[in-house]
Amino acid sequence: MSGTFVGMPAFPVAAKEAVGNPTLRGNLRHATHTIRAKRAKAVEEVSDWAELREAGKRIKDHTLRHLDRYLVQLEESVRAAGGTVHWAADADEANRIVTRLVQETGESEVVKVKSMATQEIGLNEALEAAGIRAYETDLAELIVQLGKDRPSHILVPAIHRNRGEIRDIFRAEMSEWGRPAPDGLTDTPAELAEAARLHLREKFLRAKVGVSGANFMVAETGTLVVVESEGNGRMCLTLPETLISVVGIEKTVPTWRDLEVFLQTLPRSSTAERMNPYTSTWTGTTDGDGPRVFHLVLLDNGRTDTLADEVGRQALRCIRCSACLNVCPVYERAGGHAYGSVYPGPIGAILSPQLRGTGSEIDASLPYASSLCGACYEVCPVAIDIPEVLVHLRERVVQGGPVVREGNRVVLKPAKGHAAERAAMRAAGWAFGRPGALRAGQRVASRSRRWHPRTLPGPGRAWSGTRELPAVPAEPFRDWWQRTQDGKGDAK
Amino acid sequence: MRVALFLTCVNDTLYPDTGRAVVKLLTRLGVEVDFPMAQTCCGQAHYNTGYRHQAEPLARHFSDVFGGYDAIVTPSGSCGAMVRELYPRMGERARAEGRGDGLATTLAPVVPKTYELTEFLVDVLGVTDVGAYYPHTVTYHPTCHGLRSLGLGGRPYQLLKAVKGLELKELPGAEECCGFGGTFAVKNSDVSAAMGADKVRNAASTGAEVLCAADNSCLMHIGGTMARLSTGMRPVHIAEILASTEEEPAV
Ligand code: SF4
Repeated sequence: MSGTFVGMPAFPVAAKEAVGNPTLRGNLRHATHTIRAKRAKAVEEVSDWAELREAGKRIKDHTLRHLDRYLVQLEESVRAAGGTVHWAADADEANRIVTRLVQETGESEVVKVKSMATQEIGLNEALEAAGIRAYETDLAELIVQLGKDRPSHILVPAIHRNRGEIRDIFRAEMSEWGRPAPDGLTDTPAELAEAARLHLREKFLRAKVGVSGANFMVAETGTLVVVESEGNGRMCLTLPETLISVVGIEKTVPTWRDLEVFLQTLPRSSTAERMNPYTSTWTGTTDGDGPRVFHLVLLDNGRTDTLADEVGRQALRCIRCSACLNVCPVYERAGGHAYGSVYPGPIGAILSPQLRGTGSEIDASLPYASSLCGACYEVCPVAIDIPEVLVHLRERVVQGGPVVREGNRVVLKPAKGHAAERAAMRAAGWAFGRPGALRAGQRVASRSRRWHPRTLPGPGRAWSGTRELPAVPAEPFRDWWQRTQDGKGDAK
Repeated sequence: MRVALFLTCVNDTLYPDTGRAVVKLLTRLGVEVDFPMAQTCCGQAHYNTGYRHQAEPLARHFSDVFGGYDAIVTPSGSCGAMVRELYPRMGERARAEGRGDGLATTLAPVVPKTYELTEFLVDVLGVTDVGAYYPHTVTYHPTCHGLRSLGLGGRPYQLLKAVKGLELKELPGAEECCGFGGTFAVKNSDVSAAMGADKVRNAASTGAEVLCAADNSCLMHIGGTMARLSTGMRPVHIAEILASTEEEPAV
């Protein structure tokens, strides 16, 4: 399996496989239920959570509204601190820039600290094509990389794997990539962690080039911030001679002061910790301390297009805490791979079809990958109304409409394959506009009820395959009302 | 007070018993209820499936039919949420699309006057003991829109706890979606069915005879799953429990 997600089938097809895999469902259920309970506790401890959530939302909205200004300020600050800034409009451009920067160092391998942006653009594959090997150093990323797998969670990309599977992957694959797994490796967490530590240490000590993402970029000082739990990131950020950070433009915040809010809400929402074990910040370059060369690649890749949509743009507030994944009942059953992107779960369902457009089968199906239960909105620390955006994107899929793609205003046609549904909606709208027609339909249904089938043909089979159909009553309510309450009621 | 029953198209067509129960209950509490015959559908299925423009005439129709009442009561958390939460949003979107204030102005009057049944009982009538009798073990499933969009909170529990003879069992994972989600149940039927089966297993683990909720759409999905899994449990709308009395007990 490749690391990228192009050519994915539609969500319902991909999800079906996961629903039928009991190991996967067990792993996911256990992991998400554990973390969701812990998160709830960690949030309860904070008496002003609602205010923090509102503040986070406001800071992000303000920054997004003036993003042009803050990005220019950020660029100036990074330059003043000794870094170089590159602008990448899309994935190809970003990959070209990073590949060239690595080639200029003369190196053929890089160490990476977990970065979703580089996965979004398929950087590892692009580097590989240029003969450069990228080593993932985050434990879960390492498991994904060694297993030739794809990430399935924002924070715990290997959440779909259990300990036994991880041991097997380490035993079979580690030697391919460097130091092999110790003999007789068992599946105890301590032994697995030690095996990973030994394997990775070699990489850290050898690497001359590091590639990172960032959780935040502070415009006033040009500082980048990474929060993590393992400390591997800190090694990636400080040991290499050259550091290349690839970051989505929406990660900007205006001032250091703004971090105060997110450094409280992010850890509690994601790992249920009060504080992140490692918070690393770096500002350009400093003599004798850390990398001597620093490059910042600012990635657009659909973000300005998303910003142009007044309902959908709130998705760019996301701080990638993954709380929405952990409470989502659909994610829990469908698994992360079904979302066909490095961004799975509820946020993925609204982010991917905006960043990539709704042209592909998978992207057109993602807005429907939700029962609209609202649990994601409730936990989101920056109050992204995910159900609202889902419905908005459904409208785009079935009705088309104006959008911005690659900076140009275009009018989308309705997606194919919704013709029957559109007709049904129109027919229902027609009947509901005419109480008499509705009533006539109800009466036909009631009179013919003895002949109603127990299973349905066509799309209805999706219902009756697992659920009994309700019996149609002998008399609709409005007939009863007129028969018994007549005279009391208003007979409009 | 002129109170209108907005029964919803689903209840009118498939669950008339719920409508009869609401009428019986409110009448017993001294409320004179009207059922405007011109009512049809709030437009929720259209709106949530992406057909906002087709939902607009239905919302206008709703306002025409119900605008003149002091209160509009509905035994459906999700249709209640449609009016209260999404009608204002439809108005805003129309404005943002440069179509003026017309839709917002038309819809505004019905928004604050629309109440889900348990809300109406507790907040407007100020009763939690409605004098009901229902000698069964019951577990309550708070449906998503009732729980999160309308914030019904403890109201349904307060009402159920006051019912004579009723034994309330706590539902494990109560706040998790049952997997209905309107067209979701068909568009993503595998995931929907898996969610429904988990909900039914949790309900069965309580040993209750009845699973109760304030929305027949969710009950249709949960009940259909229960029947298929042969749990022996029954889905019952909360209105039917609250309408049940010693003289006229519901089955
Ligand atoms: S959408 Fe909200 S809850 Fe989900 S990952 Fe982003 S910030 Fe966290």
